[in-house]
Amino acid sequence: MNTPADTRPDPDQLLARVQAEEARAGRGRLRIFFGASAGVGKTFSMLESAHVAKGAGTDIVIGYLEPHGRMETERLAAGLERLPTLAVSYKGIVRQEFDLDGALARHPDVLLVDELAHSNITGGLPQPRHPKRWQDIEEVLEAGISVWTTVSVQHLESLNDLIYQTIGVRQSETLPDRIFDEADDIELIDLPADDLLARLHAGKVYVSEAVATAVERFFRKPNLMALREIALRRVAERVEAASRAMRPGGGGARIAGDHILVAVGPDLQAEQLVRTGKRIADALAASWTVVYVETLALLRLSDMDRNRRVAVLRLAESLGAETVTLDGPSAAEALLGYAQTRGATRMLVGAPKRRGWRAWLRASTSTTLIKRAQGFDVMVVAPADATKRRASPSRLPGAAAQPVIRWDRYGWAAGVSVLCTLLAFAMYPHFELSNLAMVYLLGVTVAGLRLGRGPSTLTAVLNVAVFDFCFVPPRFTFAVSDVQYLVTFGAMLTIGLLTATLTANVRQQTRVAGARERRTAALYAMSRELAVTRGIEGMARVAVRHVAEVFQCRAVVLLPDVEGKLHRPSGAPAESSLRGADLAVAQWVNDHGRRAGLGSDTLPAAPALYVPLGDEDRATGVLAVLPANARRVLLPEQSHLLDTFASQIGLALDRARLADVAPASSLAAERESLRNTLLASISHDLRTPLAVMVGAASTLAERGEALDAPRRYQLAASIELKAREMADLVSNVLDLMRFQSGQVEPMRDWQSVEDLAGAALQRLDERLSDHPIELRLPPDLPPVHVDAGLIVQVFANLFDNIAKYTPPATRGWVSAASEGGFVRVVVEDEGPGFPPGDPGQLFEKFHRGSGEGAIVGAGLGLAICRAIVRAHGGEIEARRREGRGARFEFTLPAAESS
Amino acid sequence: MTEAMHQILVIEDEPAIRNILKVLLEAERYRVIEADSAVRAEIEARTHKPDLLLLDLGLPDGDGLAIIRRVRAWSPVPIVVLSARTMEEQKIAALDGGADDYVTKPFSAPELLARVRSALRRNVRAPEQSSRLKLGDIQLDLARREARAPSGEMRLTPLEYRLLECLARHLGAVVTQNQLIREVWGPERLGDSRGLRVCVMGLRAKIEPDPHKPRYLLTEAGLGYRLRADEP
Repeated sequence: MNTPADTRPDPDQLLARVQAEEARAGRGRLRIFFGASAGVGKTFSMLESAHVAKGAGTDIVIGYLEPHGRMETERLAAGLERLPTLAVSYKGIVRQEFDLDGALARHPDVLLVDELAHSNITGGLPQPRHPKRWQDIEEVLEAGISVWTTVSVQHLESLNDLIYQTIGVRQSETLPDRIFDEADDIELIDLPADDLLARLHAGKVYVSEAVATAVERFFRKPNLMALREIALRRVAERVEAASRAMRPGGGGARIAGDHILVAVGPDLQAEQLVRTGKRIADALAASWTVVYVETLALLRLSDMDRNRRVAVLRLAESLGAETVTLDGPSAAEALLGYAQTRGATRMLVGAPKRRGWRAWLRASTSTTLIKRAQGFDVMVVAPADATKRRASPSRLPGAAAQPVIRWDRYGWAAGVSVLCTLLAFAMYPHFELSNLAMVYLLGVTVAGLRLGRGPSTLTAVLNVAVFDFCFVPPRFTFAVSDVQYLVTFGAMLTIGLLTATLTANVRQQTRVAGARERRTAALYAMSRELAVTRGIEGMARVAVRHVAEVFQCRAVVLLPDVEGKLHRPSGAPAESSLRGADLAVAQWVNDHGRRAGLGSDTLPAAPALYVPLGDEDRATGVLAVLPANARRVLLPEQSHLLDTFASQIGLALDRARLADVAPASSLAAERESLRNTLLASISHDLRTPLAVMVGAASTLAERGEALDAPRRYQLAASIELKAREMADLVSNVLDLMRFQSGQVEPMRDWQSVEDLAGAALQRLDERLSDHPIELRLPPDLPPVHVDAGLIVQVFANLFDNIAKYTPPATRGWVSAASEGGFVRVVVEDEGPGFPPGDPGQLFEKFHRGSGEGAIVGAGLGLAICRAIVRAHGGEIEARRREGRGARFEFTLPAAESS
Repeated sequence: MTEAMHQILVIEDEPAIRNILKVLLEAERYRVIEADSAVRAEIEARTHKPDLLLLDLGLPDGDGLAIIRRVRAWSPVPIVVLSARTMEEQKIAALDGGADDYVTKPFSAPELLARVRSALRRNVRAPEQSSRLKLGDIQLDLARREARAPSGEMRLTPLEYRLLECLARHLGAVVTQNQLIREVWGPERLGDSRGLRVCVMGLRAKIEPDPHKPRYLLTEAGLGYRLRADEP
């Protein structure tokens, strides 16, 4: 099976490995001193190694040591810096705990922390950040601090059942195998059982009085030998896995396609199944998925059972499994279908639990699977006995609600019976007894349809009783003279129960479908509104409103600034806004991309839940919700829905951010390029006139008396001319800049085109002395609604072009015509026309018809014209005139021509 | 130029421009008083009682508009405003606030002197004189509402007369659109300039030799109109 083709490197896995290595860069190294049990000398070895490292100049510090009071250990610890522990009080008892923030602040090279599997006191004061010490250590590692720690084999999650089965002691403090497997170094501290027992008797192993008997049971030779074997095997497995990964091209050396499905139900065996799955998957180096099928029957489970399901799936994830929840009427069908699509090679199921006649009546899921499995093996896992003793590992707060008994419905049920009886009494004189029975049957059916199972059962029983008592002879006794009525009773009871059950099922189905539809609809409603909302702040408000509505909570979206620091939203908070969100917690969530607060792994006792928005590795903000009722966000479906909402919001915010950045950067680029062109242009267009002006002015100043009057006048006139050219250029540049920055809002008024063109002619009177321009405007032209100053500028620029670019005596015309709500104005001349190429190019900034010449103006004139005309909602075009010459056309908003 | 010893107060903060104005005006035999700030300007205006104020709108220490308003409170002295091209709104505000005319920077000497001359002339002219007007070949007597062209009697509408009257009162200076509308049509028509445009076009058709290229009734785009009579 292990052919070369199967073992070629899988690109996905290579990528995953590269990513994992990248993630590790900058992360501290985790070194675990691993042993089969307490007393083998893990802490001792750790301290010894620490001394060696310290001698080599490493900054190594003790973060936490278990207060065993062992002489040897204490002596070794004395030579090392020891961080103060954190006093945590819980129910009047003060305990010393590892101080996470202290360690992060001290930031040594290496930190020593005993007992990685230790559980923090979640209800304590001050409140620990994480429920488990390994989570604290994760954070320390992420901060770039290396950690040395100790772990005993019985604390490993996947070995929990095995060890329980082997030595009969269940460990409640467990460490996810992931942490163990991903540790950089494992140092196995091995001690033969006899030596350990000898140490124990010599008093070298710490034994507290309180647990002495349990310890006595534990430290028996067979137990110690078994634990040692398990520990050795576990380390060997890890070494093998490591060597497999190291093999050239062997990153994906797992048997191609070997995939294990672990089917779990809501029962107590689920955790065992998951752990067994982990062990088998490891042994086969296979990928594995834990599948939970939500059937109709399972939807009726108590909240506690459903919460166990969430806990089981979390456990599976922590052991490295993928988890999937399927919906379907039958678990077996759903599993078979999924196994097929997933190409599973093995499936793990629990042993059937139905016994006796029930097993005979309906095949259990496992039996069905075994019968119908195709293409995969089914492995049935026998229950480890007394799995019940272990309480659900993480019970969710506020999840202990009892199903509500609707007493009013029982009242209605009794009422139905009364009604039937009244009707029957009315009918009694005229109808046969069997027809009266029909009335009661009708009552039972109606009750079954309307009132649910319990109440309709009550109706059925009451109806049978009342019918018997009131009508069946002998009347007004419960005695029955004719046995055939027993059949009637039986039928009534059965029909009542069947109707009630069927109706209840249908109702349940409708409820589930309805809930699913509502969830989809809620999500859709938010997505749709987010899609049409502009601006990040607006989106945040929309998101908060929807989340608040759907989860019946107060919520707030906290957004990071450019430096990634979260801020409360500016502006007036909405009614549903959560004002008391803890920014520090939110910041942690944003930085780590993981949930925190209510019911999560981090600060689970906080009142609010903080969910990262967007991708895991790149949170774009945090959604904080304070539910009125914790169940609103912690029930499995709701929790997933909240995640979906969060990722939708994250996506929308991302989109908005990109949209904000894109125009800003393109605008900036355009400005930059404008500035560059401007500089280039100015160096020519400003220097030339300046040279003339300085030359002429200095000549006048130095040699004024020596010059005759006409020469002096000539020089002064050239200064004036050049200065005017510069003034035009500067005001053109300024105008264009103002238009570009959007500062100019046209001050519109009703104007006549004739007036505007006339004003431009008037302004350019002198310059146009050689270029007669004629106005050919129809007398009935409607007034235009424009900013007079700006449109005169347009005319002036166009006229100026005629003066600049056509030979003297070239004629020009201005004509106009009304066009719907616009007036189209045409300015044309009979000059040489445009240079070859697209005349539309002329409107670009700094484009000049005939290269860089002596003509000043920097090619801004037409760009300004276009900016002005567009600001009025019109358009300007350049065209070749028929025959000869240039033709400009532009439109201006006008009154409708009457 | 018998009245050549007119005093002109030049209010301008930029020394170079102030110097040019002084040279230019003194060459035309005006007496020039200088002020470089709004505070100084008011003191000089009160002590010297100048015949004309040449005021830069962009003073560093105060709003040129405020000076106009304060001076107008006690004196009808003509005020000509100097302004940059980008200050259209301030220009309109200044004219509406009581300034008589404006000159855009950069200005040429002839332009400035022409404005100064016409402002001073308006000041010395008796009110009854302003009712007689000569626009090219056309003689107008606004008080009697008579217009005579070489071809014979001309008919102007009452609105056209009122418009001409208003412009003639400020002969040679710009009259803002708002001012014209307020005085000819009444304050309730402010903001609707269409009547004004039609009236101007009608008037031009009658008094201008070429209505497309007006010589007398000139448009000041975005500001208003100016009536230019032939200089003697």
